[in-house]
Amino acid sequence: MPSSGANVDVMALNLTGTASLAEELDKKLMVVLRDGRKIIGTLRTFDQFSNVVLEHALERVIVGKRFADVPLGLYVIRGENVVLLGQIDDDKERETTEGLLERVGVDEILELKQEREEDDRLRAGVSRALRKPTEWDD
Amino acid sequence: MPSGAKTPRPWDRSPATDVQPLSLQLFFSFFKTLVGKEVVVELKNGARSSLGRARPADLAIRGTLHSVDQFLNVKLLQVTVDDRENFPHMQSVKTCFIRGSVIKYVQLPASEVDTELLQDATRREMAQQKQN
Repeated sequence: MPSSGANVDVMALNLTGTASLAEELDKKLMVVLRDGRKIIGTLRTFDQFSNVVLEHALERVIVGKRFADVPLGLYVIRGENVVLLGQIDDDKERETTEGLLERVGVDEILELKQEREEDDRLRAGVSRALRKPTEWDD
Repeated sequence: MPSGAKTPRPWDRSPATDVQPLSLQLFFSFFKTLVGKEVVVELKNGARSSLGRARPADLAIRGTLHSVDQFLNVKLLQVTVDDRENFPHMQSVKTCFIRGSVIKYVQLPASEVDTELLQDATRREMAQQKQN
């Protein structure tokens, strides 16, 4: 593993079998957050709380089969919001973005997202009205 | 510490000595015995809801356990997601690091767990805790 310029071997800090983000440094990662957002970027740093810094970050907004990438720049993510960090396999990503999904413009995807969310809210409201009220329901 | 260094940089200092409670250390050791085995990790990422409402499904990730740490964060290799329709973004991911705090369940291969050994370890740990 080439040294990143710091005067300590980051790999040497790991004990065998200990999960560490050190191996993911300078790799392209997809971070999934608790609110469902997916942020893709290059991992530049991390700490024991899973706080991370991503460079050249973008948010991949997916609505159904359509998606768009919203550029974000340099991003710091607080660890408590992190669900998982996935290493992006470039070939698999190409399959997904070119085969599975359809790329659209940022404005279009944000509109589609709003429509989907309104739809979900309506649906939740209707199903709540249809359900029999119980004594502990609001 | 490298020789000639002046102010210790954040990455030079030894990791935070927040030692986990003995009960967590037991689980850390337990998971270490499962490194290399296939597990399914079910997350807590589906929206929490009150009774009576339809809930979006929680993400369940299948993979080979690569490593675990004291916070029970796990790293999985060769990951697959069974419910691919709802989670298309996981298609491009083959290795992932999962934060311990979001894990709801870990499904284990029964053949890999010696429950008697586990019970003995638990009893020992509890006895130790009583002494402290």
